[in-house]
Amino acid sequence: MSVALPAVDIARALTRISHEILEKNNGSASIVLLGIPTRGAHLAQRIAATIAAIEGTPVSVGTLDITLHRDDLRMRPPRPLMTTMIPASGIEGMNVVLIDDVLYSGRTIRAALDALGEVGRPKTVQLAVLVDRGHRQLPIRADFVGKNLPTSINQSVRVHVVEIDGVDEVLIANEGEVR
Amino acid sequence: MKHLLSISDLSHGDALSILDTAHEMARVSSSSVKKLPTLRGRTIVNLFLEDSTRTRISFEAAAKRLSADVINFSAKGSSVSKGESLKDTAQTLQAMGADAVIIRHSASGSAQWLADSHWMSGIVINAGDGTHEHPTQALLDAFTIRRHLGAGSGDLQGLTIAIVGDVLHSRVARSNVLLLSLLGASVVLVAPPTLLPVGVESWPARVSYDFDSVLPEVDAVMMLRVQQERMNDYFFPTAREYSHYFGLNRDRLALMKRSAIIMHPGPMNRGLEITAECADSARSVIVEQVTNGVSVRMAVLYLLLAGLPTEFGGVDA
Amino acid sequence: MNSFLLTNATLPGGSASDILIVDGRFAQVAPNLALSQDGTARVLDLTGCVLLPGFVDLHTHLREPGREDAETVASGSRAGAKGGFTALSAMANTFPVADTAGVVEQVFRLGKLCGLLDVFPIGAVTQGIAGKHLAELGAMADSAAHVRVFSDDGNCVFDPMVMRRALEYVKQFGGVIAQHAQEPTLTQGAQMNEGIVSSRLGLKGWPAVAEEAIIARDVLLADHVQSRVHICHLTTAGGVEIVRWAKARGIQVSAEVTPHHLLLTDEKAISFDPIYKVNPPLRTHSDVMALREGLADGTIDIVATDHAPHPNENKECEWQEAAFGMLGLETAYSILQATMIDTKLMGWSDLADRMSTAPARIGGYSQQGQGLTVGGPAHLVAVNPHKSWTVDRDLLQSRSRNTPYHGIELPGQVVATFFNGIPTLLEGELTTEVSAHG
Repeated sequence: MSVALPAVDIARALTRISHEILEKNNGSASIVLLGIPTRGAHLAQRIAATIAAIEGTPVSVGTLDITLHRDDLRMRPPRPLMTTMIPASGIEGMNVVLIDDVLYSGRTIRAALDALGEVGRPKTVQLAVLVDRGHRQLPIRADFVGKNLPTSINQSVRVHVVEIDGVDEVLIANEGEVR
Repeated sequence: MKHLLSISDLSHGDALSILDTAHEMARVSSSSVKKLPTLRGRTIVNLFLEDSTRTRISFEAAAKRLSADVINFSAKGSSVSKGESLKDTAQTLQAMGADAVIIRHSASGSAQWLADSHWMSGIVINAGDGTHEHPTQALLDAFTIRRHLGAGSGDLQGLTIAIVGDVLHSRVARSNVLLLSLLGASVVLVAPPTLLPVGVESWPARVSYDFDSVLPEVDAVMMLRVQQERMNDYFFPTAREYSHYFGLNRDRLALMKRSAIIMHPGPMNRGLEITAECADSARSVIVEQVTNGVSVRMAVLYLLLAGLPTEFGGVDA
Repeated sequence: MNSFLLTNATLPGGSASDILIVDGRFAQVAPNLALSQDGTARVLDLTGCVLLPGFVDLHTHLREPGREDAETVASGSRAGAKGGFTALSAMANTFPVADTAGVVEQVFRLGKLCGLLDVFPIGAVTQGIAGKHLAELGAMADSAAHVRVFSDDGNCVFDPMVMRRALEYVKQFGGVIAQHAQEPTLTQGAQMNEGIVSSRLGLKGWPAVAEEAIIARDVLLADHVQSRVHICHLTTAGGVEIVRWAKARGIQVSAEVTPHHLLLTDEKAISFDPIYKVNPPLRTHSDVMALREGLADGTIDIVATDHAPHPNENKECEWQEAAFGMLGLETAYSILQATMIDTKLMGWSDLADRMSTAPARIGGYSQQGQGLTVGGPAHLVAVNPHKSWTVDRDLLQSRSRNTPYHGIELPGQVVATFFNGIPTLLEGELTTEVSAHG
């Protein structure tokens, strides 16, 4: 098990992503940030704070639980539902940025797009991830990537955040290694 | 836990997990979303061998919002009324590939009996069995109490809830006593001694024959339906006398805390156990109970049917 | 000459002995008989076994005539022989009811035809066991079946005047009324013992007082008219107390307990498995303890099986739809060993009394319950208390499958049964000449 991204690199990556989001969307007015629980939700809060600091005005931020839309529910024991919190202003006509920790098969994002469709019709949907580790199973790509991490299919990538894990770091473990 | 047969099968954690899941289901349902893909391809049979339109519709709505296929199988016009045994019915449902059977039956224990039989491998959900239990009703009641009187999360520690009326014949009372006490609430049963079972002293609840003395301390009062026919079996002398001592009316409403709520599992006998004035008052959450019923049943269906079979407590993060 | 020499067995009193049976009677009971034999007797080594007088059941539902799908006299006889019985008493609640000389003689003849054990018909107290008009008790007593025990079992003789008259009437031929003590209005629709368990399960309760009120009434009636009353299947601690009180007063009352009421409690109903649905219902642990104590001290005179066969369809259904009753003949001995012998509440002589001597005396069965006395009819059962067995309902001799002990390992096995000196069971298997019947 090795550290692929230490805390300082994560902070730098999130700051960069915040700037890129602002640049692409011409400011924060039309943006709704939606983090995918659990760790994506914390990353969304941090990006929102960074954007607010840059722009001097708060940005819409919320969470989107995708559990009920997963296509692999039957392959695992039932999962608890996470909170979905759509900002009061809604997403209609907005530029929604989905935020997750790791982009891998793309199935989570597929489920997120379905879940989003139930909520409303945004103008655009963009995707920001801290880590893209490759091995996509669906035609999905990220608009904003903190770090591209080439991995083998047998490895696992774990993102830790201070809010839950007490530390910011991205770890790579080989198969069989204790996580 | 594979099935939902009795509240006594649930741990504190299981019960909270159902209520928390129902909480999220309620959010989803309250947005414009009316349908989720979660149970697509699953077949759920509503096996209603006793009339109960409201419970059947509630389960049906819950299952359909999760995109399950629902088959309604009622006693009227079905083979059961022609003398076919529950065994044959179970085997038929098995042969048709039912993933879950929601059973309502006039015989106590029929849900457990169906679950324990080897004639059907599907999940069994008890939608009311005789005078035994009605677990989803208790769950929706606890959910409603939590929304109004709790923080909307956690359990019901510190609350006092009165259950009033025909406890003896009430599956709603049996499930609620178990669930509310499991969640830390203090339960008071208020009824004439004739409508309390022998052995009630072993229940996790207090008993009172004096409704008026109980009212000032309760946070919720749950009125039970009283059937007029009970009069003929000597349970009480007249409907008038019953209402006088155990009915909820304007004077009793005045004895309740300002924050206390009025509940009833329905259908109501307006004028017998509850006056129309109380049923329709601002304190009444009776209509909301119905709405919450769908969310709670969605939660139960989700937890029992969405994943690999496992314990409620074994939710995988 | 047909003779058997049983060796190396233990008598109820505890002494080791051999037993020689010649032409249907006990010829000698003494140690080391083998040395003096001429070799014509068939020798059975019963090392480790206890010899008891053949068991006599005062309460058996053989279902014939009318419900031959559940049991017949022949299948019930085989089950009896398997369980160590040499006499059964066929309850009257058949279709038609055994309320005439014709029906009791039919059952009696069927028993003779089968020949595995004595079948003594019990006559109904009232016509159609409806509780209204006395059946022809005299005609049944005078019939070839020689009926002395009368019972409406399944129904209580509820009307106190009918009960009084029945008690009086049977005095002329030394009969006894066996009462199914169940106050009907207190038990309408009742499903199980009324108490903590029923309160939780939402099954309609069957209060102990419904049984005890009738027992109290009937011992007082028996006292008043100076007649004999027998209380069927006692199940409550209160009932034991009433019988104890009545006996102390000198009232002619006898009482029975079933094996299942000595073992099982109402907690079994938590499974909602109708196999445990029985009339009278399974009671609480303290009742079970009181019944065991009552049987040990003689307040309860006898064990009776209340063997109640039912076809699968009457048990494979919801509890409230299911029939009352469970099988008993083939497991009775093992349950008694488990509850009374292994617990040291009773010795073998007590067991011989409660399962043979006393029931024969109450029923007036003069050729049964004579013990292992030289010159007496050779009704005998050999049990091996050290051998356990696992009940398999599909291997029972009964036509029905409704045993509550399926898959359960029970202590003690019935090894051999002799009826009138003929082995009906050897090495735990029915003998071949017997199996040919019915």
